[in-house]
Formats: sequence, C-alpha cells, structure tokens
Amino acid sequence: MADDSDILVKVRDLHFERGDRMIFDGVDLDIPRGKITAIMGPSGTGKTTMLRLIGGQLRPSSGTVHVEGQHIAGLGHGALYQIRKRMGMLFQNGALLTDMNVFENVAFPLREHTELSNDMIRDLVLMKLHAVGLRGARELMPSELSGGMARRVALARAIALDPMIMMYDEPFTGQDPISMGVLVKLIRELNDALGLTSIIVSHDIAETCSIADYIYLLSNGKVVGHGTAEELGNSSSEWAQQFLNGYSDGPVPFHYQAKDYLADLMDGADQRAQSNGSSGVAS
Amino acid sequence: MMTSRTVEIWVGLFVVAGMAALFMLAMQVSNLGTYSNSEGYEIQANFEDASGLKVRSPVTMAGVTLGRVTNISFDGKSFQAVVTMRIEEQYNQLPAGTSANIYTAGLLGEKYVGLLPGSAADPCEDEKLQAELEGREPDLKGLDCKPQHLAQGSKIELTQGSLVLEKLIAQFVSSFMDSKDKEQAEKE
Amino acid sequence: MSLNSIRTLGHKGLSFFQRLGRGSILLVNIVLGIPALLPRVRLLIQQTYSVGVLSLLIIFVSGLFVGMVLGLQGYNTLVKFGAEESLGVVVALSLVRELGPVVSGLLFAGRAGSALTAEIGLMKATEQLSAMEMMAIDPVRRVLAPRFLAGLISMPLLAAIFSAVGVLGGYFVGVGLLGVDEGAYWSQIQANVDYHDDILNGVIKSIVFGTVITWIAVFEGYDAIPTSEGVSRATTRTVVHSSLAVLGLDFILTALMFGES
Ligand SMILES: Nc1ncnc2c1ncn2[C@@H]1O[C@H](COP(=O)(O)OP(=O)(O)OP(=O)(O)O)[C@@H](O)[C@H]1O
Ligand SMILES: [Mg+2]
Repeated sequence: MADDSDILVKVRDLHFERGDRMIFDGVDLDIPRGKITAIMGPSGTGKTTMLRLIGGQLRPSSGTVHVEGQHIAGLGHGALYQIRKRMGMLFQNGALLTDMNVFENVAFPLREHTELSNDMIRDLVLMKLHAVGLRGARELMPSELSGGMARRVALARAIALDPMIMMYDEPFTGQDPISMGVLVKLIRELNDALGLTSIIVSHDIAETCSIADYIYLLSNGKVVGHGTAEELGNSSSEWAQQFLNGYSDGPVPFHYQAKDYLADLMDGADQRAQSNGSSGVAS
Repeated sequence: MMTSRTVEIWVGLFVVAGMAALFMLAMQVSNLGTYSNSEGYEIQANFEDASGLKVRSPVTMAGVTLGRVTNISFDGKSFQAVVTMRIEEQYNQLPAGTSANIYTAGLLGEKYVGLLPGSAADPCEDEKLQAELEGREPDLKGLDCKPQHLAQGSKIELTQGSLVLEKLIAQFVSSFMDSKDKEQAEKE
Repeated sequence: MSLNSIRTLGHKGLSFFQRLGRGSILLVNIVLGIPALLPRVRLLIQQTYSVGVLSLLIIFVSGLFVGMVLGLQGYNTLVKFGAEESLGVVVALSLVRELGPVVSGLLFAGRAGSALTAEIGLMKATEQLSAMEMMAIDPVRRVLAPRFLAGLISMPLLAAIFSAVGVLGGYFVGVGLLGVDEGAYWSQIQANVDYHDDILNGVIKSIVFGTVITWIAVFEGYDAIPTSEGVSRATTRTVVHSSLAVLGLDFILTALMFGES
C-alpha cells in the first residue's frame, strides 16, 4: 500500500440499495490524486448516486467510502461539512439558487465561507464567470438562462472556493460544440493548474475519453471495466466495446429491468380480452 | 426585483406598526395606562361577605377609581374576609373614618369596593377642639391618638359586605310574608 | 379485511410518530442555528419581509372588517338591554383574547405558511438544498432558521395589528355610525380589559401560534417529496395541520389562561 497517499477517494465493497432495488453490489473504485477520472455507464446505473455517496449525502448500506483517508459515513456533522468545503460538485441540472441572480449565485459560497471584501468577491466572481464565458450574463436571473448556460454558471459556482476535488455530473450535455470544447479545455486546465482531482460522470464518450486519465465503466451495480481510454478501447471486454461504440445489442441492457417484451404485450392483450369478456357477459 | 433598501424600509415600517399596535393595546385598550402597580399604599378592611369580589377589582370613591383590590384572604378568628386594597399615592388624604362597602356595578355587573368618607371618633380631635374653645394648650397625654388619614397598613372599621341576590330575595319574601300575616291578623 | 384496516391504522400511527420525531429533531437543529443568525440581520430582514410584510394587507383588512362586524352585531345585541355603552368591552375583549390571535393565526397559516412550504419544497425538488449541502452550507441554518425566526417575530406583531385595527373598526361603527358615546367606548374598555390577564395572554397565544405554524410550514417543506405533486400535497398539509393546531391549541391555552378565575 505504498501508493495509498496518492489515492484521494477510495471506495471499497460498496453496497447501496433504494427500496428493494440494488443500485451498487460490491463496487471498488480508486480515484487518484491530481488526475481526471471518468465514471461512465448506462443511464440509471447510479453514477449520480455514486457522487452523492462520495459527498456524504447518502450512506452506503455496507462498504466504505474514504476521502483523504477519512471515513465519510462515520464523520459527524461538523467534520463532514469541513471536508465538503473542499469538494465542488456540479449538479446534473445546475441547481442554481433561484432567488438570486447569476453573480450572487457564484458569490454565494464565497460570502458564506470567507470574510473577503466586496471588491475581492467581485473580482473573484468575474474571473470565474469569465472562465465559463458568462461574464456578460451576471445580471440575469436563473430563470432567464438556458439549460446549458445554467450548467456553466453552476460550474463557476462549484469552482468558486477552489476545491481540492471536483465532481462533474454530466458537464457536457446541452452544450454546443464551441462551449463543449471550452469546457473540456477548462476542466483539463483547472485540474492541471490548480492541482485538482476531478471526477467526471458523462455519456459523451469522445470528449470524456479525450481528457480522462482513467475510466471506470459501471453497469448493473458492478464495475464492468476500467483502464485508460486506450486500454478500454483495445480491450476485448464486450461491455467496454458495446458501451464505447454505442451498439444497441450486447451485455449492457438498454431497458430498465423489465419482464420479457413479448410477454408484457401479451399480458396486456390477455387483460383486455378478460375485461371485454366480463363486460360482455354483464351486458 | 425589490432593492434591499425598499425591503429594509418596509420591514422597519412593519415592526414600528406592530409595536405601535402593541403599545396602543397596552395603554389605550387596557388598564395599564390607568394604574401603576408598585406605587401607593395598602389598606385593609374586614367584610362579612366578599363574594363576587376579585383581585384587581376597582376601589372607588364618588365613582372615581382610586385603586385596586390586591388580595383577598380569610380570617380564621373572626370568620370574615380580609380584603387588602392598594390606593394610589395621590389620594393620601382619605379621612380615617372612611367606610367601605361592596357594591355591584349595574344589576348583574362586576363587584367593586366603594369608599364613603366619614369621621371617626377620635379623643385627640375632641381634646383639640375643646382646648381651642377653652383657649388652652391641648393636653394629648394619656390619650389614644390615631392618625387622621388612611395610610399604609390602616384598617377600615366600618364595612358592609356584598349583597347576595338570594339573600335579598329571601329577606324580601320573608318580610312580604310577615306583612301578609299581619294583614290577615288585622282582618280577623 | 378488518385485520388489514387495523394494520393500516398501525402504519398510520407509526408514520405519524416518525414524522413527529423528525419534526422535533429539525426544530432542535433550527433553534441551535438561531444564534449564528444574529450577526446576519440581512437574512432575517429579507425573510421578515416575505413572511410578515406581505401578510400585512390581508391582516389589516380582515382586522378592520372583523372589528366592524363585531361593533355592528354587538350593538344590536347590547342595545336590547340598554347596555350599548359596553360595546367597547365586547369588541376589545373578543379581539384581544380570541379573534386577534386565532384569526390572524389562520390567515398567517394560509398566507405565509403555505408560501414557506412551497418555497422550501421547490428548493428541495430543484436540488438547491442538496447543492447547498455540497457547498458545505447547512440548509437548516441558512434557509430554515431565518424563516422560522421571521415567522416567530412576525406573528405577534400581526396579531397585535389585527386586534388594534379591529378595536378601531368597532369604534368607527359603534361611535361613528351608531352613536355610542365616545368616552364610554374607551373608558369601558379601559375599566374592563386587564393588561395582564387579557393583553399579555393574547400576545402569548400569538407567539405560540406563530411558533407552531412556522414550524409546521418549514418542516413540511423540508420533508416534502421532491416532486410537483409532493410539494403541492405538503402545502395543503401545512394549511390544514397548522389551522387545526391553532384551533386546538387555542382551546388548551384558553382553558389554562382563563379557566380558573
Ligand atoms: N430518490 C430516489 N428514490 C428511489 N430510487 C431512486 C432515487 N433516486 C434515484 N433512484 C434510482 O437509482 C438509480 C440510479 O440513479 P442515478 O440518478 O444515480 O442514475 P445515473 O447513473 O446518474 O443516471 P443518468 O445517467 O441518467 O443521470 C435509478 O435507477 C433510479 O431509479
Ligand atoms: Mg445522473
């Protein structure tokens, strides 16, 4: 375990369920310090859930999540909030505070956590907004933003406190090719210039592969493949091939767990026949 | 979008209006404006019957409220009600012979204590008058001199308690019967 | 069949106590968060505006009309006994003891309580509360506590305004329209309304109502299922539960305050 200090987030034998449904069934992940790690997988596998487990908003049913050597689920309120100050999270839908304009949204964590003067805050906020290309939109209210713009404002807010670890939940969806390129570059630059550790959850294979140092593939509550982009591309794993190439046929199911399609349709037909029959008898 | 200045002004107005309403309720709508609790002096009176009287009931003279009842207790020796009243400081000239009655406001209203001014038999006063007539110095030695005015701790001797409606009716009925009996006796 | 309904009943009872427990824990956390709020008057002012100032109009208008109706009805009854001088007492006592705290409590639940629940519930549904948590800002302290405190401050002020405006409304009708003597109106009030027994007890009632209404509103919002339907249900629950709580508590408080005397 010589490289323990290089592993910032360590997930071991993670189990988590929602009601009766198993979301994670023994997942092991290592997120190395200073690198960009991507978590990919079909929709609904629990990528967002994974980020929430790392951030301590959910508790695993069993298994552990360690961030910087601290056992997240075992932390008290104060310690958890202390470590969250050094985490930034970009929510899938932005989650901007709707009663403040763009500027105040980005300034919010600074005002809450620091004693900086108004001038300092203004400079910092404009810097962050400039980085995401929305310096001119600072007076707009969240309801006046498009989905893609809202996500970029949320990104500016997430990096406002210069966190040690950034979690991006689908940063690229809803972005035009230009801002997509800018974002890819921004994430890479933030990571390298500030020495961040980044976790990206994304479906955009090309973009993600182009910046991720390491990739985990999740499906059905398990890690089905991991490695660098090249390793995965060259691997013979059916999972990896199907997912990276977008084949509809393969081990990764496109459908949410369900019974057989034909049987389901027949079921409906049976029920209709029955109800028709009974109503026919009644009348 | 409201500027924070407008918001602050509105909140300020709101708090001022609320405080003003509370102040109005306290001073204009209640008795807080009309009596103060700690000032004044306390006097006592024993009543045969203090039914209906409550702590805080008004104490009046000539229809003007001079104070309030502060305590009502029972004297186990005389089997009477001991009523303690606090009279406002400005009315410290009540004569010592004042009597106290318990009245009812209106036919069925609240009970209150009504004070009637009067003069008490006072050997000192008599001696003074006598001396003035005879043109000599009053000799107050050996006389039991009482203060001339009610003061802290004074006791009112002359009292009349509550009139209870049942008692009144009973009295009326019995006197009515009596007079009927007499009439009948006369007829016969 | 009957076993099932007993089971449903048990389930309902259990979930009621679960909610009560969660609500109590939340209340403790909110109260613990209040001291940290004191240096940040801005937050409190902002919330006092949306909770208190925005309820002002409806409280003012209702107070005026309730007072006027009391004046009219009271006069019609009292004049039969030749006791219309006591109109002021009837108006003032009913307002100060009961109608002021209770009616403004009900209006407050409908106007401010529902708005609080909807706002907090929507913040939860749009993940704003989650986002705050991840920014290491405790939403209980940053979002809930200032709203709770604002409700606590606003409610007694609103109830006082309601009663005062009502007494004036009764005055306009009684003295202005029906010809009750002005001096009798006020002097009867002053002779019969007691500062301690009536006014202070009314204020205590309104503080209790304010606490309970805001607590329910804030809890329902925070505990809402984060969907549009969940938020709408939570809003309805706030209005229903806090209105019932106001009426029930009013009975208990009245029995405690005015019962023995
Ligand atoms: N609050 C909840 N209650 C019950 N089940 C939930 C809840 N939130 C999520 N789930 C379930 O957990 C599973 C994982 O959800 P999650 O949001 O983590 O998926 P995801 O991998 O982020 O998907 P996507 O790529 O579409 O964002 C989903 O199948 C969903 O049905
Ligand atoms: Mg997701």
